Amino acid sequence: MIRTGGALPLGMRPRRRPSIAIPLSRQGVRPYISAMTKTPRSHIRNFSIVAHIDHGKSTLADRLIQMTGSLEEREMKDQVLDAMDIERERGITIKANTVRLEYDAADGEHYVLNLIDTPGHVDFAYEVSRSLAACEGSLLVVDASQGVEAQTLANVYQAIDNDHEIVTVLNKVDLPAADIDRVKAQVEEVIGLDASDAVEISAKTGQGIDQVLEAIVTRLPAPPEGEGAEPLKALLVDSWYDAYLGVVVLVRIIDGRMKRGQTIRMIGTDARYQVDRVGVLTPKLVTVPELGPGEIGVFTASIKEVADTRVGDTITEDKRPTAVALPGFKPAQPVVFCGLFPVDAADFEDLRAAIGKLRLNDASFSYEMETSAALGFGFRCGFLGLLHLEIIQERLAREFDLDLIATAPSVVYRMTLTDGTVTELHNPADMPDVVKIATIEEPWIKATIMTPDDYLGAILQLCQERRGIQTDLAYVGSRAMVTYELPLNEVVFDFYDRLKSISKGYASFDYQIDGYREGDLVRMSILVNEEPVDALSMLVHRSAAEKRGRVMCEKLKDLIPRHMFKIPIQAAIGGKVIARETISAMRKDVTAKCYGGDVTRKRKLLEKQKEGKKKMRQFGRVEIPQEAFIQVLKVDG
Amino acid sequence: MTVWASPDQTAPAPLNGDDGSPGFGVYLHWPFCAAKCPYCDFNSHVRHAPVDQTAFAEAFLREMAHVRDLTGPREVTSIFIGGGTPSLMTPETVGTLLNAVAAHWRVPANIEVTMEANPQSADANRFAGYRTAGVNRLSLGVQALNDADLTFLGRLHDADEARAAIELARRTFPRLSFDLIYARPGQTLENWASELREAISLAADHLSLYQLTIEDGTPFKALHAAGRIAIPDGELASNLYAMTQDITSDHGLPAYEISNHAVPGAQSRHNLTYWRYGDYAGIGPGAHGRFAVGEAVEKHVTITERHPETWLERVRRHGHGIAETETLDRMAQADEMLMMGLRLTEGVDLARHEALGGRTIDGQALQAMIDLGMVERVGNARIRATARGRIVLDSVIAELAQ
Ligand SMILES: Nc1nc2c(ncn2[C@@H]2O[C@H](COP(=O)(O)OP(=O)(O)OP(=O)(O)O)[C@@H](O)[C@H]2O)c(=O)[nH]1
Ligand SMILES: C[S@@+](CC[C@H](N)C(=O)[O-])C[C@H]1O[C@@H](n2cnc3c(N)ncnc32)[C@H](O)[C@@H]1O
Ligand code: SF4
Ligand SMILES: [Mg+2]
Repeated sequence: MIRTGGALPLGMRPRRRPSIAIPLSRQGVRPYISAMTKTPRSHIRNFSIVAHIDHGKSTLADRLIQMTGSLEEREMKDQVLDAMDIERERGITIKANTVRLEYDAADGEHYVLNLIDTPGHVDFAYEVSRSLAACEGSLLVVDASQGVEAQTLANVYQAIDNDHEIVTVLNKVDLPAADIDRVKAQVEEVIGLDASDAVEISAKTGQGIDQVLEAIVTRLPAPPEGEGAEPLKALLVDSWYDAYLGVVVLVRIIDGRMKRGQTIRMIGTDARYQVDRVGVLTPKLVTVPELGPGEIGVFTASIKEVADTRVGDTITEDKRPTAVALPGFKPAQPVVFCGLFPVDAADFEDLRAAIGKLRLNDASFSYEMETSAALGFGFRCGFLGLLHLEIIQERLAREFDLDLIATAPSVVYRMTLTDGTVTELHNPADMPDVVKIATIEEPWIKATIMTPDDYLGAILQLCQERRGIQTDLAYVGSRAMVTYELPLNEVVFDFYDRLKSISKGYASFDYQIDGYREGDLVRMSILVNEEPVDALSMLVHRSAAEKRGRVMCEKLKDLIPRHMFKIPIQAAIGGKVIARETISAMRKDVTAKCYGGDVTRKRKLLEKQKEGKKKMRQFGRVEIPQEAFIQVLKVDG
Repeated sequence: MTVWASPDQTAPAPLNGDDGSPGFGVYLHWPFCAAKCPYCDFNSHVRHAPVDQTAFAEAFLREMAHVRDLTGPREVTSIFIGGGTPSLMTPETVGTLLNAVAAHWRVPANIEVTMEANPQSADANRFAGYRTAGVNRLSLGVQALNDADLTFLGRLHDADEARAAIELARRTFPRLSFDLIYARPGQTLENWASELREAISLAADHLSLYQLTIEDGTPFKALHAAGRIAIPDGELASNLYAMTQDITSDHGLPAYEISNHAVPGAQSRHNLTYWRYGDYAGIGPGAHGRFAVGEAVEKHVTITERHPETWLERVRRHGHGIAETETLDRMAQADEMLMMGLRLTEGVDLARHEALGGRTIDGQALQAMIDLGMVERVGNARIRATARGRIVLDSVIAELAQ
């Protein structure tokens, strides 16, 4: 098991019981329903559900699925679309999910509604942006007891940028703490949306869901008329690997039709495939004869790997290509890197296979081989954020039963060397000799924090300590919204945890990458028993080095068990020691009475001790527990 | 009549293992006590109605017959009756048990026969009977030589009773050992030094000196967890231990094991069998046995049911109370041998360790321990823990075990 230790990022506490679920879309292919694709554009509505984390998007999706009868009662469960184990355990959505609903509206007409439930957590903002590109409208869900939070803003602005019509839905009105008037005022003041026609619902009790369905039909637009019926032009929204079907591709048809047997071309990758199957997700995959303009559906085409598909690509007919490709979107960029090493060096090949498999279904993380003097062979992996990192580690540990050591997360630095070359540094251990470096730049972010004003003082102080530059501060009632520019490297370690504890969980946080800036960064090494532990070295701002070094040494002193000899722990920059601690030698460790039957018990203790030692890594004569590598970075204060 | 009734026999038998064989001991466990001591996690039970000793003795005999079938014919090198409080048995019961051992295995006349006893005067009154029954070595649970600490330890005797019991035992038995528990709450180097000196003055040829251990599931554990008792910390405990080693060896009772001291030649044969990793049969509730059968490399482990009446019932039904068995492969045996053997001042014979485990000891780990001054070589043949190594022996063993 990987121990990432400590608290999870904001709002990430597990709250659901684990369960093993096969995604519904993967429970085999259903027979074909012919009437399904004859829907005229005017009777199609495509929309995303967006919100701050935990405001109830997936629960609303449950109710919409239920009320339209897409799943039978016995197939329903809470957040039915969150099918991955890790989603169910943590009670969060990680992957966006699409469902096609059939709805008989009050006007007597039959509509097809394509719903995309999106994740709320900032690490998966990329899922939101591609979902939005496939739709014309959004349901903006706001928790009526919490109000507008940082990701509410980030997501609704993205929807507005995509020219979406927006229906505001105030959820959780069943809660005693719901304050509808206050939250409506917030929506108007902070976001600038008219909240007078917000739909008031409880996704839990089902109250108001009928009005949501009507609002979708009456207030959201139908897909626009394209240039005409031909040729095929479709947006590649997402793709995933299915054990039975191979690579499944989610598309939004802009123009033309997609059908079985058609030879298609992906413009970006310039690859040709023959479509073997076209379908829709109800959320089960149901085969249909074809997909028409305005529709969202899936196809398979004997594509080998998810990596062969580029999200945002334009799909067209090979013989009659479309004249104009879609703009596409920027690929998701990993922003946080860390090394993953097997505890037992013999597991390296297993780790390679496991990472390869995971990557099949998650193109957003990257990996390359890495060698560490202390940890042997492993991989340097890039992630969308810390939660993403934590999730991948956990999946590797659990789904592949691997014991791993994760090294300090690091951001990507950009170095200009004295000879003028510019390189990216993913790993502090690879930092060239300081004399060869002209400048080092680090990534900065623009952070938005929303908080009850009681905690504002402490939060401002935290941001200042992290070298933040305040750019804005506004109040909405007693809630403050503050924006800061911050170096990403000050945020990757424990910023979420700190923010959460300072604000007792009430503050919310969102960020965007905001370019590179030069910084006075130095490499700090940690020496245990006089030997540098490369996996613990890091780049820090010179002004923060001494404090960080001191805290690291103090933490390691607590994390490394006593040995039979005393162990000095030092933090150093170049050859200069900036902090030191000593772990004193163990005084006494011997069983006083041991004879006769005690042997079995003692041997079991010994075996447990040996098991425990396997969870340690040997550095010279010192054994360091795995969790120390992550725990040591959780700096308080 | 018993086979070893030779009251004037004082010369100890040769140490088993001196001839290269670590011996075959027979252990009998009597699981009852008059009161449960708050620190004790041994398999001991208090009964408010009198225990039917005849019924239990019969069950011991049946189980012994079963175990004899498992071990095959062997020559016994020592017998040990432990507990609990075996001195709650009548001398007749003890005699019955010892005779049964002699009926099942070959028992030479001069072997060591130890029995544990508590120092209450009621028990002491039976000492002579035990001697007649065949016991030639007594192990007395004295624990402390001052009344305040005896009360704290929940013992039923006081210091004078303990002194009297020692006196009487010395006169009755050819060999005598007694146990003390030290590193008690509030104990200083000075007051332990004087108590230990008194103990040495009373001792015959053997002492067991155990540092108080807070065992799981005992009342002391709960008190300790609640912060109501504090035992000496690592620093003081380690100093108390070092001082104990100095004082005992200055007085001719050097340690031959972590907590056991003897005039050279007066070591407990039976316990040496455990530490030298010999074989032993275990009979009675909660007893463990470990023995090889014939030429097989595996060792068999037997563990009997702990609860006395349940054990009794099982013996009645199945002819034995063995609840668990285990087969130790070579590696497990090599680890156990190391675990036990490094407790001894004499250390471990590397060739035997290698023969047992089927591979040599981890040379790198051994060298690291030698470099740290925790382990030393004795000639080419043996290794042993140094004085520094002994105080952290559990960690040293964890380094060396495979
Ligand atoms: N009382 C009440 N609780 C609700 C309501 N809707 C959702 N919840 C609860 O709020 C929690 C979060 O619900 P989700 O539907 O998982 O929220 P989400 O927005 O999909 O969360 P992410 O996908 O992680 O961003 C769950 O515990 C739901 O049971 C509601 O109307 N009333
Ligand atoms: C089997 S026990 C008891 C023998 C006998 N019933 C008695 O108490 O006198 C053997 C010895 O282990 C020691 N002992 C038992 N529990 C202990 C503990 N928790 N810490 C240290 N020594 C202990 C005592 O010295 C005890 O005499
Ligand atoms: S220490 Fe001895 S007398 Fe006390 S309970 Fe344990 S076995 Fe019985
Ligand atoms: Mg969700």
